[in-house]
Amino acid sequence: MIPEIGQFVLLLALLVAGVQSFIPLLGASQKNSALMKTGSSMAIAQFFLILIAFFALTYAFVVSDFSVYLVFKNSHSLKPMLYKISGVWGNHEGSMLLWALILAIFGAAVAVFANGLPSTLKARVISVQAMIGFCFLTFIVFTSNPFDRLDPPPLNGLGLNPILQDPGLAFHPPLLYLGYVGFSVAFSFAIAGLLEEQIDGSWGKWVRPWVISAWTSLTAGIVLGSWWAYYELGWGGWWFWDPVENASFMPWLFGTALLHSVIVVEKRNTLKIWTLLLAILTFFLCLLGTFLVRSGVLTSVHAFASDPERGIFILMILILAVGGALILFALKAPRITSSVSFSFFSRESAIILNNLILTFSSITVLLGTLYPLILESITGGTNSVSVGPPYFNLTFVPIMIPLLIAISFGPLLAWKHNNLAVIANKLKIALISAAVAAIITYIIVPDGPILAPIAIGLAIWIAVGSLTEWAMKTKLFDKPFNITNLKFSYFIRAISGMTFAHLGLSILIIGITGSSAWQTEFITSLYLGESKQFKEHKITLEKVEYFSGPNYEVERAHLLITKPNGETLKFMPERRFFPVSGQTTTEASIKTTLLVDLYAVLGESKVHQKSEKKWTLRFFINPLIPWIWFGAVLMVCGGLLSLANPSHWTVNLYASRKKRSPAKISEPTKMDI
Amino acid sequence: MTRFLLSLPIFFFVVLIGILVLLTLETKEGRDPSIVPSALIGKKAPKIDLPAISDNIPGGFNREDLLGRVTVVNVFASWCAPCLIEHKQIEQLTKNGIPVYAINHHDKVTDVSLWLKKNGNPYEAIGFDPDGRASIEWGVSGVPETYIINAKGFITYKQSGPITKSVLKKKILPELEKAKK
Amino acid sequence: MNVLTLIKVITLSVLLSWSTTSLAVAVEPEEILSNPNLEARARSITRGLRCIVCQNQSIDDSTARVARDMRLLVRERLIAGDNNKQVVDYIVERYGDYVLLRPPFQKNTLALWIGPPFLALIILFIIIRFFIIQRNQSKSNSDLLTFSDGE
Repeated sequence: MIPEIGQFVLLLALLVAGVQSFIPLLGASQKNSALMKTGSSMAIAQFFLILIAFFALTYAFVVSDFSVYLVFKNSHSLKPMLYKISGVWGNHEGSMLLWALILAIFGAAVAVFANGLPSTLKARVISVQAMIGFCFLTFIVFTSNPFDRLDPPPLNGLGLNPILQDPGLAFHPPLLYLGYVGFSVAFSFAIAGLLEEQIDGSWGKWVRPWVISAWTSLTAGIVLGSWWAYYELGWGGWWFWDPVENASFMPWLFGTALLHSVIVVEKRNTLKIWTLLLAILTFFLCLLGTFLVRSGVLTSVHAFASDPERGIFILMILILAVGGALILFALKAPRITSSVSFSFFSRESAIILNNLILTFSSITVLLGTLYPLILESITGGTNSVSVGPPYFNLTFVPIMIPLLIAISFGPLLAWKHNNLAVIANKLKIALISAAVAAIITYIIVPDGPILAPIAIGLAIWIAVGSLTEWAMKTKLFDKPFNITNLKFSYFIRAISGMTFAHLGLSILIIGITGSSAWQTEFITSLYLGESKQFKEHKITLEKVEYFSGPNYEVERAHLLITKPNGETLKFMPERRFFPVSGQTTTEASIKTTLLVDLYAVLGESKVHQKSEKKWTLRFFINPLIPWIWFGAVLMVCGGLLSLANPSHWTVNLYASRKKRSPAKISEPTKMDI
Repeated sequence: MTRFLLSLPIFFFVVLIGILVLLTLETKEGRDPSIVPSALIGKKAPKIDLPAISDNIPGGFNREDLLGRVTVVNVFASWCAPCLIEHKQIEQLTKNGIPVYAINHHDKVTDVSLWLKKNGNPYEAIGFDPDGRASIEWGVSGVPETYIINAKGFITYKQSGPITKSVLKKKILPELEKAKK
Repeated sequence: MNVLTLIKVITLSVLLSWSTTSLAVAVEPEEILSNPNLEARARSITRGLRCIVCQNQSIDDSTARVARDMRLLVRERLIAGDNNKQVVDYIVERYGDYVLLRPPFQKNTLALWIGPPFLALIILFIIIRFFIIQRNQSKSNSDLLTFSDGE
């Protein structure tokens, strides 16, 4: 019964979304406020309907109702409750429903929270949001119905893939979708703005919190996935430049560019056309990522979610949404004008540089990811090349260097115009610290890659640069040093989300550098009780035990690792065998000192001479890896801090909607962006 | 100029989507992105000299054995489930008078002997490749795989995955005809 | 890395289910050469070669049987005295450019390798043009210039 309710409300939601797609839009064009107002209530209704559908599906998973085909295919009665629930979105149909739910959440949020918006803009945003929702609901209802029944119901389900049965991965997809779908709001705002033919500072102000929240979620989602790959896959790495990873990374890069350019629109009422394009393209990359992963053009036909039929549907959504948006953009963008002047050394320029580099790097990743496909379609499948990590490291990393240099300049530069000498003076300390850090790094680890000390230097440059900006804001050095000036709350309040995010980035870079430049690995096999020396560590295999988990069998090794100072650490890497699917997963055992991760993976056992068993072990020393997670958490905190800033949410209509008078113009020089 | 620049994204979008539509349609028609085109098509069959599995299984062959007529080289293993699916089609080829040579990939003598006893041995000769070394010479990525070699000893076609009935009819037989010319 | 990575992993495990039972340890201890120099060379070569039955994984990382066979082959060639290039060429000859994780610079990868530097040049051009315009402007009458989008 409950699945039927789910099915029914899903159809209702589709209906509501359909109506919501045009009634408020019609209202906006006729200036009919009654029609426009219906948008908000429909957005909220749509949200509740999809929520009910989602709960219905979750209920089917929780009670293991195997008469629902999706539950049968992806769940099992013996599975722990957490994974029964995460199983809802651990498959194509369910994850699409979650996607639609998040779309509706954002739609409803616009309806509820965006009260300061002009009614026409709000009505249009809600309509565009509903159009996207309508597309996805159609997709779900007609090609990926999660409520399909199975008659007669089987006794038990096929189980969720064991690799998915992990807490990190349970929450990874929802966060990622929050990010992907969050950018749909920026997209809707862009379309609505184009329809209004009016984009100004207030538009920037209204879009910004949505962009920040999408960016924050996407950052968190990507990092969670990366963290999962690190501890679960047992390869000692955390990023592999895989097409599926790139699919989420490209919108992140574009989203980061958007995050910055929106500030220029808000504060300076310029860079508007470029920002509109970014908003459209960011959402395009979100959809493209979804397409690449689900259509089967990249992954093998064996992948559970890949289906060319669905691929065609997603392509159709892509063509409708993005194609339509780009045509609208080409038609309307020329009418959006701004002529605000600023000089080469200004914050505007710094942000333009940031945007150019971020979009450029993203296009490079896109090229690398799609190149094998492009080549295949051009040559008719006779040529095939691989584009792997070496390509991305060779292209992406050098592109990032100028960006990292520019980061410290940006926040210190004033809007409009600044003197380079003044800035250079402010950044003296940062430059000196960076040089010292690079030299010290080189002295400590002279035999590593030469890029490593440079990267550490850049990281310190960003960190000290951010701190300098914070110190300037608090006027720490302006007044004579006086302890009464050092009010804690005063300094805390001065820390912006940006400071956090930039500091996080610098820590992230240190982590990336350490783990990719100085990782060491030791592969060996040990009998029970045997010890081997790896650098200064002594590794002993104490015992191996076997026991049962909730729905798997465990083979767990007890390793003792003696550090040079005599301290011993106990490692317990595992192999888990899942009888339902016949698959084995590994659980790496990781001990961290915040500076270094020691990482042990248990391999297979083999019978050697004297019929004694010998276990293969892989042992990594991963320097600075925890800094990656720490840096990423700081970046996410930066996003949250920005969101918590009340000035993003209170819209002063009179102040912001007023046309800014263009700055004094000498001889106008045109620059098309 | 501005108008042109602002229309540029549409151009790139159309090209990109065109490629993706093409590939998706091909995928729907059976394109498998996990299958890599062989680098050896049009090249001479690799030099190999494989021993027999055991005395009572006809086998052992080298490159010279493949010369003089169109032949098929099939890579199989007793542990490979899809190999069983294509076994009937291999027998069909033998009946048609095509000599099918086999590379027995990563197998144990006892296992493969039992497998052949149970399922029949349609092969002209079987070369034993327990460590997969010879398979690498052929650019084998998985089992089963099948190669067509023309009379001059050049590889003309490679099939990855099992020869189902439809693969036999749609691909293998026409390719054999082509190789005979 | 995302949800979709699992799809990759699942694919991978489905694909490899016939040849492997574990995702864990790729390079096995008994494969390792006793000569550390040769072993280091072998590792650097195998890291650059793609496992042909996997999704974007090097044979160094892969537990697939084919990957293991290829790792052994690389070591065999190195012991036989081949240099790194000869070893890689040996494998490319049999498996094609597809096995190179770093695509070679050649006719069919021209756009791939030229694309990014070309774009970088365009960006550099934009920046320099902006800078020069600004210099000229400030020389003539004002220290500000207009940076306007659209007309």
